[in-house]
Amino acid sequence: MEKKPLADTVVTDFSSILPPRKKSWLMSPSADSAFRYLTAGLAVFLLALVTALVVSMVYNSQLSLSRFGLSFVFSTTWDPVKEIFGALPFVYGTLVSSLIALIFAIPISLGVAIFLTEQCPYKLRPIVLTLVELLAAIPSVAYGLWGIFVLVPFMRNYINPFLEGTLGFLPLFKGPSYGIGLLTSGIILAVMIVPIITAIAVNSLTAVVPTQREAALALGATRWEAMQVVLLNARSGIIGGVILGLGRALGETMAVTMVIGNRPEIAVSLLAPAYTMASVIANEFTEATYDLYLHALIEIAILLFVITFIVQAMAQLLIRQISKGKTSYAKAN
Amino acid sequence: MRKLIDKLVFTICSLSTVLVLAILALIIIYILANGVLAINLDFFTKLPKPVGETGGGMVNGIIGSAIMVAIAALISIPISIGAAIYLSEFGKGYLAVIVRFLVDVLAGVPSIVIGIFIYTIVVLPMKRFSAIAGALALAIIMIPTIVRATEEALKLVPQTLREAALALGAPYWRVVLEIVVVSAHKAIISGVLLSIARVAGETAPLLFTALGNRFLVTVLDRPMASLPVQIYSYAVSPYDDWHSQAWAATFVLVMFILIINLAVRFFIYSKE
Repeated sequence: MEKKPLADTVVTDFSSILPPRKKSWLMSPSADSAFRYLTAGLAVFLLALVTALVVSMVYNSQLSLSRFGLSFVFSTTWDPVKEIFGALPFVYGTLVSSLIALIFAIPISLGVAIFLTEQCPYKLRPIVLTLVELLAAIPSVAYGLWGIFVLVPFMRNYINPFLEGTLGFLPLFKGPSYGIGLLTSGIILAVMIVPIITAIAVNSLTAVVPTQREAALALGATRWEAMQVVLLNARSGIIGGVILGLGRALGETMAVTMVIGNRPEIAVSLLAPAYTMASVIANEFTEATYDLYLHALIEIAILLFVITFIVQAMAQLLIRQISKGKTSYAKAN
Repeated sequence: MRKLIDKLVFTICSLSTVLVLAILALIIIYILANGVLAINLDFFTKLPKPVGETGGGMVNGIIGSAIMVAIAALISIPISIGAAIYLSEFGKGYLAVIVRFLVDVLAGVPSIVIGIFIYTIVVLPMKRFSAIAGALALAIIMIPTIVRATEEALKLVPQTLREAALALGAPYWRVVLEIVVVSAHKAIISGVLLSIARVAGETAPLLFTALGNRFLVTVLDRPMASLPVQIYSYAVSPYDDWHSQAWAATFVLVMFILIINLAVRFFIYSKE
């Protein structure tokens, strides 16, 4: 494959591709179709891989699937000692922490995207965008470490007492503050998904034809009013980006495991420790001492896979819709 | 009034950008400051000390990560580039549509689920945690990134280039491998590098595939240490010395990843 470094687009030396004197099999049409089947085989391999993923996980969770059935998802008891397994506390923790992340991340990402497309000086734009995207490159275990030693003490000493003092009458913000918990993990997740939502929002906003905006401006609209027209046009792409961010937040493991407190209970307070689907797998998988326990954890993995599969499929449909004319929609992942 | 709202909205937008950049700066500064304080030559050359003793390093994690990422790259690069060639050069039927969709789905599958999958098909039959299981998990995570980057890159190669080569009598497979892939090599290499940067920091899929090891091993059918898993176990431990080692390891890992990312961006922008 690595034969001769040709110039980027201009080919100057044709000796390597000119037909050799003798007819060889490599020149024949059957070589071409062999090549075609080879690459098609690799594509089919990817298909087989995803199928194997589903089949193997279902096969290895059958003990738990047959014993608990659908009640697995709705039962709140997770007690490995008594061999009772219910996933609801984890489903709750995953959904609520991701929801908190979206509440923080959506306005901030939109703000950054609007700043980048509307206000930012042209030369600064790639620099700011690169910096924002670097946030997505930082590994989640590094976020977790930062969370444990910087964010958790900060939440414990400043934010949580403040929330209790001002909004403490709401059950959402009651209770002893450990610093760890749903709110803290939501904030870390928000930081992690901002670059994803921002990147796709910027792409969707720049994909809107400029005449829309210019027409609004010509009618005497302020820049913000014109921006609303653009936002409206870019909505399906932006929603796609938000859903993609949601998918990432739902499946995020390490950073959340390190700051959520890992307690399998459903508490009303956002300041209380909780547990997510991904973090219970990460924490307990190597400690699962008997088969049913292991199968229950794999069933949680299936649940997580199904949820992220649906979310991902929705995001792809929405993003495809807007960027049909455009190439390359997301480099964020 | 309308002008006031206009001003207000755009001030909020600028502020949110400042906030995001400030958070990035905060994270990097903490990693830099704590990492530089904790790092020394021992970190790169010594094995971890037993619990209770201070000092020691993470040479096992550094070498383990390097081995597993390298094997993952060797496995995933040919598969991904081959599949991407199919999608870009031949893929027009149902198969291509399905595979394209599944690649996107695979990109969204949480990495811990990939870890579980490899556990069920490699670790259970082998009856032990192993480096090869870890490398396979990382390889699956790399595949969607490389496939997407390569397919996009191949599609950007002008059709006239293919036609010119075909007109000279070259068979199609040589046109693809020696003209199309070579013309798109920059973007393909970028995709490969970015996927390497991504899996170098992956922790979750290694927790129950490669597990971890306090010693330096180079055989592939034994548990192997990796930098991210070591950061995790040190960070949640109760020892101060381990905490500072976790910062040192994070510093090394984040620097590696950021340098690759910035290099790739520079590499792409330097084209014109």
